[in-house]
Amino acid sequence: MSTLIWIEHDENNLHPSTRNLITAAKLLSKPITALVAGKSVQKVAQELSTIFGIDAVITCEADYYFPFRAEPIAKLISSLSKDFDNILALATTTGKNLLPRAAGLCRHAMLSDVIKIESDKTFVHPIYAGNALAKEIFQNTLCIMTIRPSAFEKELLEQSPCEMKSIPALADDTRTKVVRVAKRDKDKADLQTAKIVVSGGRGLGTSENFKLIEDFANKLGAAVGASRAAVDAGFVANDYQVGQTGKIVAPDLYIAIGISGAIQHLAGMKDSKVIVAINKDPEAPIFEIATYGLVGDLFQLLPELIKKIEMSSC
Amino acid sequence: MKILVPVKRVVDPYARIRVKADGSGVELLQIKMVMNPFDEIALEEAIRLREKGVATSVVIVSIGEAVCQETLRHGLALGADEAILVENAQSPNSFEVAKILEKVVQEEQPQLVMMGKQAIDSDANQTPQMLAALLDWPQATFISNIEIKSESIEVTRETDAGLEVLDVMLPAVISVDLRLNEPRYATLPNIMRAKSKPLKTLNVDLSQDSHQLKLDALMSPPIRQKGTVLSSVDELFEKIKPVLFS
Repeated sequence: MSTLIWIEHDENNLHPSTRNLITAAKLLSKPITALVAGKSVQKVAQELSTIFGIDAVITCEADYYFPFRAEPIAKLISSLSKDFDNILALATTTGKNLLPRAAGLCRHAMLSDVIKIESDKTFVHPIYAGNALAKEIFQNTLCIMTIRPSAFEKELLEQSPCEMKSIPALADDTRTKVVRVAKRDKDKADLQTAKIVVSGGRGLGTSENFKLIEDFANKLGAAVGASRAAVDAGFVANDYQVGQTGKIVAPDLYIAIGISGAIQHLAGMKDSKVIVAINKDPEAPIFEIATYGLVGDLFQLLPELIKKIEMSSC
Repeated sequence: MKILVPVKRVVDPYARIRVKADGSGVELLQIKMVMNPFDEIALEEAIRLREKGVATSVVIVSIGEAVCQETLRHGLALGADEAILVENAQSPNSFEVAKILEKVVQEEQPQLVMMGKQAIDSDANQTPQMLAALLDWPQATFISNIEIKSESIEVTRETDAGLEVLDVMLPAVISVDLRLNEPRYATLPNIMRAKSKPLKTLNVDLSQDSHQLKLDALMSPPIRQKGTVLSSVDELFEKIKPVLFS
């Protein structure tokens, strides 16, 4: 018996967190089979087959497997489930959309957002917006879960290509149709994989002022984030939102500017390695968790910091 | 069209969460309980659809102890037509909840189930997808816009990559995200009126099923060390220089 991992990709590239998923799967100490479904997946399957730790790659191609819809993919995963002890996917919006459906088809409970694997049956995941951690034990053989990528390191080693196998697609009886997909701007750094994230909050005051954050992020090659307050105030689109109900990030450096630090927001960034907070209110909760804080007017401090960085980088 | 909206009673999102010393749960004494905010958004949308004449009735259902009637009365005051309480003293996991809701759907025969994308206590984000699987209905998760057509609905999903527009055949299960709408407040006359709206109790027996997950313990997350407040941009720059230029 072994571990099945469902692979997210865009037909050209693996999801940037795929190597984090592989690290998590390896902790289960069982052979790992990767399932790659899509329209045309040979390129990503090849790339996958050389990542250290993968024992087999199963490909399944059909037009209706990409863009990913929950119904056909969940059906495919559940059709393979009897051969596996564990089924894992990334806790992305795609993984969260389809894995619970696959679990439902398997008539099985599952765990979301696993951050720690304690044994082959015992797992830890955050609840209450990260204000509590639940340790749960699966009572029977099949363990289904999504993995929070930021909680696991990336597998960096390569191997010679593993065994590859292609399986026939299942009949498509899906009653959903993708009408269109609107992708976020390509040249912007991805929030969940960026090394540095610069986030702005209500303290910015207007969407014009929020451009300060975007310019600063561009200079650093950082991704732009925002608090829910900034999103609700209409400064930026909602896909920038960092927090329990937005994106969960854990970069090497998180710079929070004009963000007070509501519980909601802290839940989305408190695992960052270094946190910098710039805020005019010395009592702001963000300072409770910031590694380095600066109290003062962001409109004065931020340009000063940008200037300092520009000077030393040339 | 009849819409079923499952609503969960949860800890107020602004309450401070403390894990009990024995790890058996979180401290709930004197903590305010509310309707799960995401469910409230689903309910708001269902009520708007009924007000527009698209939906004919909105039925809400809650699973839990008798005290969940408060949550249901709140939902009736917001504008739901009928309420169902499924009494359950355990705290069922998402799959068990999905199985209970499957029975409720079989009983009530809605064309659309609308629910929050996740409950803010367990944060699982599983029940809508599991319910859709059990019913063999199509699903759409993380919805920020919905348009009802004759035999399908067109919805906008919020995804990591941006937005995705899906056409979903009815009957379907959909889960809603934050930005779908801003829920209304219950007015005093509606709170009074809600007292006479129908609220029935339903028994769903899941006793034959084995529990597939066992909670071992709840733990407090590690506390992050409080850092230093610096006095100048220069000082900050020196501290973060290694990360900035690595």
